[in-house]
Amino acid sequence: MTYIEHVGKYFMMLGRVFRKPQKPRIFYQALMKEVDDLGLKSLGIIMFISFFIGGVIALQTALNLDSPFIPDSLIGFAAKRSIILEFAPTFCSIILAGKVGSYITSSIGTMRVTEQIDALDVMGINSINFLVLPKVIAALFFYPFLIALAMALGIFGGWVAGVLSGLFAGTDYITGLQTDFKPFLIVYALIKTLVFSFLIATVPSYHGYYVKGGSIAVGRASTQSVVWTTILIVVANYILTQLLLT
Amino acid sequence: MIEVKNLHKGFGGVEVLKGISATFLPGKTNLIIGQSGSGKTVFLKSLIGLHIPEQGTISFDGKVNTNFTEEERQQWRQEIGMVFQGSALFDSQTVEDNVMFPLKMFTKKTKSEMLDRVNFVLNRVNLENSNKKLPAELSGGMQKRVAIARAIVMNPKYLFCDEPNSGLDPQTAIVIDNLVQEITEEYKITTVINTHDMNSVIEIGEKIVFLRKGIKEWEGSSENIFSTDNEAVVDFVYSSNLLKKVREVYLNETK
Repeated sequence: MTYIEHVGKYFMMLGRVFRKPQKPRIFYQALMKEVDDLGLKSLGIIMFISFFIGGVIALQTALNLDSPFIPDSLIGFAAKRSIILEFAPTFCSIILAGKVGSYITSSIGTMRVTEQIDALDVMGINSINFLVLPKVIAALFFYPFLIALAMALGIFGGWVAGVLSGLFAGTDYITGLQTDFKPFLIVYALIKTLVFSFLIATVPSYHGYYVKGGSIAVGRASTQSVVWTTILIVVANYILTQLLLT
Repeated sequence: MIEVKNLHKGFGGVEVLKGISATFLPGKTNLIIGQSGSGKTVFLKSLIGLHIPEQGTISFDGKVNTNFTEEERQQWRQEIGMVFQGSALFDSQTVEDNVMFPLKMFTKKTKSEMLDRVNFVLNRVNLENSNKKLPAELSGGMQKRVAIARAIVMNPKYLFCDEPNSGLDPQTAIVIDNLVQEITEEYKITTVINTHDMNSVIEIGEKIVFLRKGIKEWEGSSENIFSTDNEAVVDFVYSSNLLKKVREVYLNETK
């Protein structure tokens, strides 16, 4: 199958995903389950990584800006910009692509190879809509909150690192955070997050839904889905940055 | 009655079904038999609409399923029950939730009405006290019984089974065969079973369709299968020495 065929099949799949759910109550239950599986269960890892990476960013910046002519407040400013613009939306989305993407592909792929998806189809259920739409909505709804939390924790981690190491004063760091604050950068980060969330939910679903074979094929599809989701996030990041910030 | 006319289906340029025509008797247990690779599963999946045929028609009580409107197709889907080879139970749901699933999706019954119906069908397949178990906690035979319960919970007009006793010990296989036959008679369902099991062929096959290399080689009843002189059928059905002896005895007795 060529790449062009995959792209066509992916968009045809999306056409079947975005239909009205057959039973709203069942859809709501599935949505809540996906919020738990895809969102709440990722909370811990995102919080942990954000806090420590925020700390590392602040320390690295402090260690590399050792000129007496550069004010310490620049550390807070640089950490804020790095975390809000790239670390939280892009780096965290790549982490989620690995964690959530492989889960989505393997769970849908296992349903495919054990004929559970055929069972849904025979019952008259739009299986793509039933399985994928709750994941897409859950990701679009929950990930912006997760990424906003990652931003806050990353910035806080930077402050904690500075205070504990003594490399810079907490007040300088806070001054840097308040310097040249542009609310649009938050909007830009959240727009990126929405696009990445869509990719994290749909690309692994595509790989899982159309898997053929047995358990090895499911494993291979999981790996491919993580690779392709990461590639698409990186490409989308470049395009969105070009479109929104230049 | 299910009537198939000149059914063709292929994959990647390879023709799997080469113009099959057959009828399946209403309210009876109909079997599709044939060697591995003869096209049985493709045929069965075409009957239930999982494969779209390239040519030919399949009609259910005179209505051609390829001509259905979306609404008619939805209605027709609810008249079908399917037991998959690997049971295809939703592994994250309990037995009760698996069986209740079609009711939740397609009926407006209250929770207690649905529970009553679920308990009724689970009792019917002799599976009491397993409502809260997950499929992974059940034996193969029990999983097949849950799959049968889920297939009949909506009172289907047609029941399709893809090798319902594959992977089961001979005793459990007979239990499953008898269960399917009893349900067919009790609810007057038109049942179509895809099987390799020669015991099923002899015991429950009221109408048998034998496929070979994508064509219908032979059709008849379980009694005809003893007397047929079709070499392909005889080679396939009586491949074991035990069954050869059974056939000899039958033929000697009926001379």
